Formats: sequence, C-alpha cells, structure tokens
Amino acid sequence: MTIEELRKIAETERAAQKKFQHHVCVCIAAGCLSGGAEHVRDALNKEVAESGMRNEVLVKGVGCMGLCSAGPLVTVETAVETAVNTDVQMFASVTPEDAPEIIRSLDTGGATGGDLAAAGLHPCPTNVPFFERQKKIVLENSGKIDPERIEDYIAHDGYVALVTAITEMTPLEVIDRVKSSGLRGRGGAGYPTGLKWSTVAKTGEQQKYVICNADEGDPGAFMDRAVLESDPHRVLEGMAIAAYAVGAQQGFIYVRAEYPLAVKHLKTAIKQAERMGLLGNSISGTRFSFHIDIRLGAGAFVCGEETALIASIEGKRGTPRPRPPFPAESGLWECPTLINNVETFANVAPIVRHGAEWFARIGTEKSKGTKVFALAGRVQNTGLIEVPMGITLREIIYDIGGGVPDGKQYKAVQTGGPSGGCIPAEHLDSPVDYESLARIGSIMGSGGMIVMDETSCMVDVAKYFMEFCMSESCGKCIPCRAGTQQLHGILEKITAGEATPADVALLEELCELVRHTSLCGLGQSAPNPVVTTLKYFREEYDAHVTGDGCPAGTCGCGAGTRACRAETRLGAPGSQTSGEVTL
Amino acid sequence: MSAHSPIRVKTLTIDGRECGAREDQTILEVARENNIFIPTLCNLPGLSNAGACRLCIVEVKGVNKLLPACVTHVSEGMEVTVNSERLAKFRRGILELVFAERNHVCSVCVTNGHCDLQSMALTLGMTHVHFPYRYPRLPVDASHERFVVDHNRCILCSRCVRVCDEIEGAHTWDIMSRGVECRVITDLAQPWGQSESCTGCGKCVQVCPTGALSEKGKSVAEMSKRRQFLPYLTLMREGRR
Amino acid sequence: MQTYVGAPQLPSDDKRWKIVEATARRHGREPHALIETLHTVQECFGYLDENALRFVASVLRVPLSRVYGAATFYHFFTLKPKGRHACVVCTGTACYIKGAPLLLKAIEQRYSIKPGETTPDGELSLLTARCLGSCGLAPAAVMDSAVLGKIAPQDILARIERGIHP
Repeated sequence: MTIEELRKIAETERAAQKKFQHHVCVCIAAGCLSGGAEHVRDALNKEVAESGMRNEVLVKGVGCMGLCSAGPLVTVETAVETAVNTDVQMFASVTPEDAPEIIRSLDTGGATGGDLAAAGLHPCPTNVPFFERQKKIVLENSGKIDPERIEDYIAHDGYVALVTAITEMTPLEVIDRVKSSGLRGRGGAGYPTGLKWSTVAKTGEQQKYVICNADEGDPGAFMDRAVLESDPHRVLEGMAIAAYAVGAQQGFIYVRAEYPLAVKHLKTAIKQAERMGLLGNSISGTRFSFHIDIRLGAGAFVCGEETALIASIEGKRGTPRPRPPFPAESGLWECPTLINNVETFANVAPIVRHGAEWFARIGTEKSKGTKVFALAGRVQNTGLIEVPMGITLREIIYDIGGGVPDGKQYKAVQTGGPSGGCIPAEHLDSPVDYESLARIGSIMGSGGMIVMDETSCMVDVAKYFMEFCMSESCGKCIPCRAGTQQLHGILEKITAGEATPADVALLEELCELVRHTSLCGLGQSAPNPVVTTLKYFREEYDAHVTGDGCPAGTCGCGAGTRACRAETRLGAPGSQTSGEVTL
Repeated sequence: MSAHSPIRVKTLTIDGRECGAREDQTILEVARENNIFIPTLCNLPGLSNAGACRLCIVEVKGVNKLLPACVTHVSEGMEVTVNSERLAKFRRGILELVFAERNHVCSVCVTNGHCDLQSMALTLGMTHVHFPYRYPRLPVDASHERFVVDHNRCILCSRCVRVCDEIEGAHTWDIMSRGVECRVITDLAQPWGQSESCTGCGKCVQVCPTGALSEKGKSVAEMSKRRQFLPYLTLMREGRR
Repeated sequence: MQTYVGAPQLPSDDKRWKIVEATARRHGREPHALIETLHTVQECFGYLDENALRFVASVLRVPLSRVYGAATFYHFFTLKPKGRHACVVCTGTACYIKGAPLLLKAIEQRYSIKPGETTPDGELSLLTARCLGSCGLAPAAVMDSAVLGKIAPQDILARIERGIHP
C-alpha cells in the first residue's frame, strides 16, 4: 500500500458517501447499545427503505458520541446545498418508534427544535458547553465513522501516518517526533512516551514486542473501551508506528474479556488491515513486518500492572514481579517489550500526521495534548469527554458536566480509581494535569472521574475502594495481601460505628506501611483513597468514631437503607458504642 | 558469564561499610558475604527469588522507593541502608500482618523452636501484634502417607512451589486463588495423598519456613528442617552444566 | 500416572472438545496458551470442570497445579456451573454511588444467595461485575443478556421474576 493508493481509497470512499444527501449516524457503542441502539438503527434502515430514500439517506452505526446519559443518540447530518459546511442535528433518547419522525424531518430540512420536539423527538443541542468545551484528538473519529469499515477510517486520513512513517521517516525520526510532542503515558503514571520508546529501540537487534494495555480495570472508567469500540484502527495504527520505531515484529493487545464488542471490532479491524497490507509482512513494500494478536484478560485488575500483564500473556497467574528489570529491557519472554495503553497509542497517528509542534501547543507546560475522561456519578451530564490538559476540575464538572443535579451540594470528585484520591471543593480550580493532581494527593489515572455529592459518605467511599483493592490483590506480597484486608477491616469497623480514635491512628500507620513496602503499584497506591479522604474529610472520620454518626447518613448499620437507619436511631441509642475496641 | 566478558567489580557501602561485589550480585548476596544481616522469609539460596515477603527492603540513597535486597543488583557507588528506625518499624509491621493473617500458635506447633517465622519475630523484636487476628478457618490435610500440610501455619512464601518446580521438577505445588484467599495446592487442589505428580521427595517439607509442611508423627517442637541438600544439589547441577 | 504420547485423547466424543483442541493447536500447544484455552473451554461448556482442567493441562503440557492456580486466579473463570439465568449487578464506582448495594441487598434477601452463588434449584446465579462500562446508566445490571440501566431495587426484582418465570 503506497500513499497514493491510500489517497485513492479515501477519495473513492468520500465520493461514495457524498452521494447521500443525509447521513444518519446511530451510536452503537456499549452505552447506547444497552439502551437499544441496535433496534433504533434497524428501524431507521427499515424506514429509509420503505420511504424510498435509499439513495439519499445513509444510515450508519458509529462509535461513542460522548453524552452517554442521554442515549441512544442519533445525529443527522445534511449537506446544505451550495455550501461546504453541513448542518448537524442530534437526537437524544431515541427509540425505534422515533424512526419515522426522524426520517420525515429530513424532508422538511429547516425544521426547528420546537417542531421536532412537537413531533415527540428529543433534539439535543450541540452548541452547548458539553460539546463546545471539548477538544478531540483521540476521539476525533468517534461517533463519526463506522468502526467496522476500514475505508471509513482511511477516508478520515487513517493510516496516512503509518505509511508516511515507514516510507519517509527513519525510526529515530519517529521517536524524536513523539519525544518532542511531549506525549506522556495515558495509563496513569505519565511516563514520557518517547523516552520509553527510545529505551526499547536502543536494546539492539533482537526479538521485541509491542503490547497495548487494554485491560481497563478501574471501576467507573470506560475510555479505552469507547476508543476500541469506536475507532479500533487508530489503536492498530499507533501500535504499528510504535513497532516500526522500536524495531518490533509482533504486537499483542491485552483486552478485557468483559468487552466483547471491543474484541469483535478489534478482530475485524486486524483482518481488514491485514487484507489491505497495512499489517502483516512487508508493509507498504518495505522490510517492515508487524503482526498483532489479541489476548483476552480474564478479570484481574492487577493485570493492568505491566509485569503482571506480561505474566498473563505468558499464560500464568497475573502476579507482578519486582522491577527492575523493566519490561523495556526484559519483558515478554524476557525480550525487550514496549507497553503503552490504548489512549497513548491513539495519540500517535495524529502526532505523526500533524507534527510535534501542533500537539505540543495543546495543554500545559509539562502535560501536553488532551485527556479522555469518563465522567460519571452525581453530575448532570455523564459520559465520555476529551479535554485539553490544564482545564480546571470546575470547568469539567460545572461547564461540561452541567453541575450536580437535584439541587444537591458537591462534595468531592474521585480521579484515578482505586489508586487515586478524592478531591474536595477547595481544589476545584486546580488544573487537570499530571503534576497538579499529584500535588493535591490524587493522580491523573487512566481517566475515571466520579463526582460525589453530600449523600456520599467519604469513609464509605474509602471502604469501597479498599474492598476493591483487597479482592483484587494478587496475594503475592504480604503488605498488600494482609494489609489491605486489615485496612478494610478497620474501615468496616468505622462505618459500623464501632471504632475509636485509636483505630483511625492505626489506619494511618497501616497506610504508610502498605504504601512503602508493597511489591507493585496496586499495593503501593491502595491506601490513596484513604489517605486523601483522611486529609480532606477528616471530620467525617471523627464523626464516625466519636458517636456523632455518619454525616451523610449512609453508614450506621452497614445497610444504608433509610428504614434500617431509622431502626438504629430508634432502637438502641447506645448501640454505637457497644462494640468495645480491643487493642 | 563467558570468558570473553570479564565480570566487573563494583564498590558500594552497606550501612556505611565499604563492600566489593561482582556486578551480577544482589545486595542481599553481598550483605551475606560481609556478615551483614538482612531479614528474609521467602528467600532461600538455591531457589529463585520471589521478592514477596518484603522483609529485605532496604533504603538506597537517591532512590525514593524502598528496594527488596534479594532482587536488587548492586551498582557502583551505591549507598545502602539496611538498619534504620523506619525500616525496623516497617519490618515489624509486616511480621505483625503475617501473625494476624492466619493461626500461628507457637506453643502447639511442630516446629516450635525451629521455625523461621518465630525466630524472625524474636530477631526483629516483634513483641506484640497491633492488628486484630483474623482467625480464618483453614483445613489440615494429612492424606499423604508421610507428610502433613497445615494451612493455618502457611505464610505463602512459595518456597515449596519453587523447590518442587526448580529442583525436583515435578511442579506438584502451586498457589490457588488470589489475595487473602490464596492457598498452596497440590495438583488440582485435591488431597496431597491423591496427588499424581508428587514424588514424595519431601523437599517442600524441608524448605518450608514454618510448621505448615511437616513430617507425620512429629509432635510439638519435634520438627526441625534439614536443608543441606539444597546448596549441594545446586552446586552439583552447576558442575554438570 | 498416565503417560501422554503424541496428541492427548479427547475426554469424550463431545464435539466441543475439538474446538478446545483447535485453540490449543492454534497456539502451537504451548504453555502460554493456557488462558486462551481456558477461555475457549468456558465459552463452550459454560464452566471449567475437573475433566476440562486435566485435558487442558495435558494438551498444553502444563502442570495440573498451574492450571488450577490460573483458573482460580482469574475471576472471569468459574469452576461451577452457572444457573439457568444470571443477573449481573455492576459494582463500579458510579453504580456504587448511585445505589448498587441496594440492588444487591434486595436480590440477596429475596433469593437468599450472595454474589457468586446460585439458587439451590439452579434457576438464578447472582454475579457482580467490576464495571460494565455503562456508567452513564448507573446503577446498571444485566439480566441474562439485557442491560438494565438506572434501575431501582423493586424493578430489578420484577425483571428477575419475569426472567425466571416468563
């Protein structure tokens, strides 16, 4: 495949799509799919066929459009005569029964929002902050292209970067471009991507591997899933460019078995790319060959840790081993191995295509580019967003997210999942970048962002994450295995109203121990949710241990139901102090 | 190492003492050569390293994380601290976690007086346990004709797994499940006596640091372990290579 | 102990064993194919029984204890048959904040089963998922293959009843 051939495919595809005056895109990514998006697409197809508009209307299934809470989403794009720009209308909460109305609205052309609403539809304005405050690089094709057709990806400049890189650039030039773009690992730790690549490249001529970490395990995070479901070729292209840069011939994508749609789209994409000669032997007639295989994860959070992930690909229990040696020197089958996560690879093609300077202009001094977040919890607009680094938490939660619903009071936002922390209102104006988030005790993490309001008890939240770490601990090292169990036990005692201030002191001491002595990142960061809630919401801990009860009203008897709480209050006033502490 | 690449020598300090070392040595090996004590439980010379017990953590100047001495290789000018208030506290904390995790009752144990865990607690000055004991209900498997496995006394150091795999070559032992649910198993977690792969060599029993694996018929404090075969076997195998 | 020479015997005439064998063969019958092969077994049979574990061990030349160790390490694998119907409650952070514990409690009380268990009549298995990735629909659950978003405890019980007794 040469660059000319690639351009020709793109032109043919664009011309074929242009023949249709209306493009009706239905989001069929996981969020909308669970709301019945497939039936919506079928209904739209049927309606188009029945109204004899087959030559004017193109109905296509596309990836995630972002506003998952309003799904299933449908956009209607109509090419305005004599003009280059198009008119886009988005519909929310679409049901199969809405199909006739949507197709009918195409004829009328200039239907206003009011007309559409009157017809029983839910028009969703796209000129609102939720969409306008975002900056899309990773998600630029998401919600626009058909993830199961490579031609559609190519029509959106797909694979140009790969073919350019291998035919016109040396591996060193590719690495330099990634280096000077300032791209850092999007899996959470933020290690400079270019530096990682050059370490692997320097290991000399031998068998090397490129691994894409798609074992997205943070509860409340679905960024990688959306990218894989919506734009799988972008990840393959990024991996292939990386393989060329570091000198690898074989790649693996380690993806959760719990993401069947992502796996399906990846399998299709690999086949298509192989058929077009964009993966496989002698890509673009060069000496560069690269194959990608999929390996399914099997439900172990610790496999997001790179040495555990490697053990898992080798068919073993996913237990981590001490580093060094780092995988860049000795990884899969003891060969040099490059591991990046999905979002990191998804940034590569645009950087190669548009140049390092373009990318470096976005973001802050030390954190370049954008970050995808899964915004969820007690916030008006939940879904998938991509924002430039440096945006403040307040802008994300209030402008994009639309604030806390039901007139409730904001309490905290949790970033970084079980390895991250809870950020209180006083730090809402903190910019979102690696350093700033670390300074306030949390981490960037892979991109989960959960908003909590006054109804959430922060001790209970800490307990939730500790329960997670405890059951996800691999059990290899003592501090993580036994320490998380003890930490969870103390938190349970506190939420049950049976603890004393001495327990809180023990909790703090144990956090130190587990953080400093655990073998891998899971154990080392497991205390974070406790440490940050202790730092910012200490009064809630105090209230639990001094007999004042749970300020949020969620704890008390461990059940959290209103009736149960009432019982505790009415039944036994002294019950909160009945469990004596034995030290 | 082949004759063509001579092994370089590195100098480092451990607790202020100057030590010379081959570049392929770990901090733990160098410390032992120089009679500097670093506590370990999962390490056993002759077996691969797991880096799992975390007792051998040391401070290295310029590195902000604590490093396990058993797997950390030496480097030129390295300044290692083995004994500090902070490390002593962490090590005691780790031991306390082990004691609270299962049911370690020395006075009724077959290895009382010969137990690595017990002597480690004495050496590190672990006088009491801060954490609540978990008292899990764990089985004792006496189905093997000569040996017994008591999960109440297992610390999951994986020495048995490694010796069976690396020295005996049977890989009868492994670890099942994860986190606090972990347990050592033979074959498909069936009774040891029914294991098809076990050769009955007893190496696992001898390397076990506690009374988790013991010989049948031994009473309290009667089970001492004989490990002289391990350096011997390792040496003989190196000679054959 | 049985010695294996050449290709191991399939445990029975069941055609599904051939699919399992094909996965192993595709990976060169190498030990590293363990997890991929266990995935295929679970896909074909719904769970991993002793027969299957022994077969996988022999076909990939992996020690029995290593097979068992891996099968029990990964929570996606199950060693017991599931019930005829399965209800998966998402316990991701967003769902937790929005009331997933109440869903679990309701189901646990009505059917007297805990997550990971199956009712004695084999009708219903209650499972939890770390995150379904449908955080926009929190709290979410999956009854058989239908995703239920923003669901209340009463509604999920009704939905389960309809699933079991259509």
